[in-house]
Amino acid sequence: MTLVYLSVIVLIPLGGLFFKVAQIDPREFWRLATNDLALSAYRVTFGSSFAAALINAVMGTLVAWVLARYQFPGRPIADALIDFPFALPTAVAGLTLASLFGPRGWLGSTLESIGIKVVLHPLGIVLALTFVGFPFVVRTLQPVIDQLEVEAEEAAALMGAGRWYTFRRVIAPALLPAMLTGFAMAFARAVGEYGSVIFVAGNKAYESQIAPVLIVSYLEQYEYGGAMTVAVVLLLLSLVLLLTVNVLERWSSRFLR
Amino acid sequence: MSAIARSRMASISKSRRGSDESPWARRSLIGIAMLFLAVFLVLPLVNVFVQAFGEGVGAYFKALGHPDTRAAVLLTLVVALCSVGLNLLFGLVASWCIAKFQFTGRTVLLTLIDLPFSVSPVVAGLLYIVLFGQQGILGPWLDDHDIHIVFALPGIILATIFVTFPFVARELIPLLEAQGTEQEQAALALGATGWQTYWRVTLPSVKWGLLYGVMLCNARAMGEFGAVSVVSSGITGRTDTIPLRVVKLDMGIADHAAAFAVASLLAFLALITLVLKTWLERRQTRELVLASSNSNEH
Repeated sequence: MTLVYLSVIVLIPLGGLFFKVAQIDPREFWRLATNDLALSAYRVTFGSSFAAALINAVMGTLVAWVLARYQFPGRPIADALIDFPFALPTAVAGLTLASLFGPRGWLGSTLESIGIKVVLHPLGIVLALTFVGFPFVVRTLQPVIDQLEVEAEEAAALMGAGRWYTFRRVIAPALLPAMLTGFAMAFARAVGEYGSVIFVAGNKAYESQIAPVLIVSYLEQYEYGGAMTVAVVLLLLSLVLLLTVNVLERWSSRFLR
Repeated sequence: MSAIARSRMASISKSRRGSDESPWARRSLIGIAMLFLAVFLVLPLVNVFVQAFGEGVGAYFKALGHPDTRAAVLLTLVVALCSVGLNLLFGLVASWCIAKFQFTGRTVLLTLIDLPFSVSPVVAGLLYIVLFGQQGILGPWLDDHDIHIVFALPGIILATIFVTFPFVARELIPLLEAQGTEQEQAALALGATGWQTYWRVTLPSVKWGLLYGVMLCNARAMGEFGAVSVVSSGITGRTDTIPLRVVKLDMGIADHAAAFAVASLLAFLALITLVLKTWLERRQTRELVLASSNSNEH
């Protein structure tokens, strides 16, 4: 029964897409997959996803460390809030971020007065992607930090290592696999994101159009060939990312007991 | 959840040590982290409600009472009920097969279950258009028999099932694996039927995880936008779910206050999901602590 359900929901539609794409002339496929419009969409997608995942890797590590190691008032609330981007529908996230960072928003008006434009600008894409990917790094790192061997840190301190030296040489290497896993998860999530980005990006072709938006614009013009081609490229990339995350997870789970 | 619950248990029993940064460094780290959370998580949430009530409570309820909004809420409830129901059933069966049996293709099955997490929602919607759309593979046949799947309710439900189906199974698999098969074998040896064993032994011990999985699945089902927008025909009052209605209000007719009013329903749902999740995690942690202290006594 499991297999039947999986086939109906996942396998048959996936097979259908590849079946249809196989009917496109290979030269036409190559043209659609690598024309300027598609290339710029990949560039915007991967560039902003990478930037967002990087911000998340750094800030996520910091937040996970603070939540796992320190006691302070409001900690339980902060801890519960981490999952907010998971729970909030992406369309609502886009809506509120666009208003908050928009020219009349609480933060946008301040930023604009110092010359930083976020909404309807490529920077807006990074903002939205950072929001949707934020929980991944924190939730991957928290259990790892909890289970770090404090004895190793104490030993390093006893042998005269400063706190920063201990962090770099003892703590950071143990956290690295989990950081990479979280980074890859946030990246994978960002690459496919659509709902929140349409509000904050200008969605201008060649400039601020991500690949999922390009697919939708192809669909709206009934150009199924273009839509399917870009979709296959994205799909293959998601598969590669999925495998990467699995490998990284296995690697980092060796650090967990 | 179980990994986090377990690590929390560890931190309770170990008492937090190792934090010997200077108080100054500690305070500034906490400060930076909290500032980031405030700007990125708290402000967007507060902003939803401030904007929603921006034109007064009357306008808020007027926006919610609009017939098209009410139709969107109803459609969302139907879609969520169908997709969560089916995914719950699938999740129970799939997680049990994967956790309790070794068979060839088990890893492939696991990867397939994870797949919707990494597929773009837009691509998910496209898959069904390619299959059931007018120029699609089954399109002509469906047209001849006057069956409408995409740009109609079945398509919306299918797309929602696709994006939400990992939640229940993913939540249950680690819990069932940790549970092992000893208790079940004991029940079977004592003469319980397979069904009784599942109902009385297997399921009760994972009930919190199950509830959590269903909740996440539901939150995602009600809030899905990308996949649904691709397979919906976008007829106001007919095939608009709540998220589609929000986008249409904001971008179509530029009634921002109304868009935020409808969006506040989804933000409220997200908040409830978070509160329930925290409560469930506490419960599970407490049960784990109790279970481990009991087993220590023996």
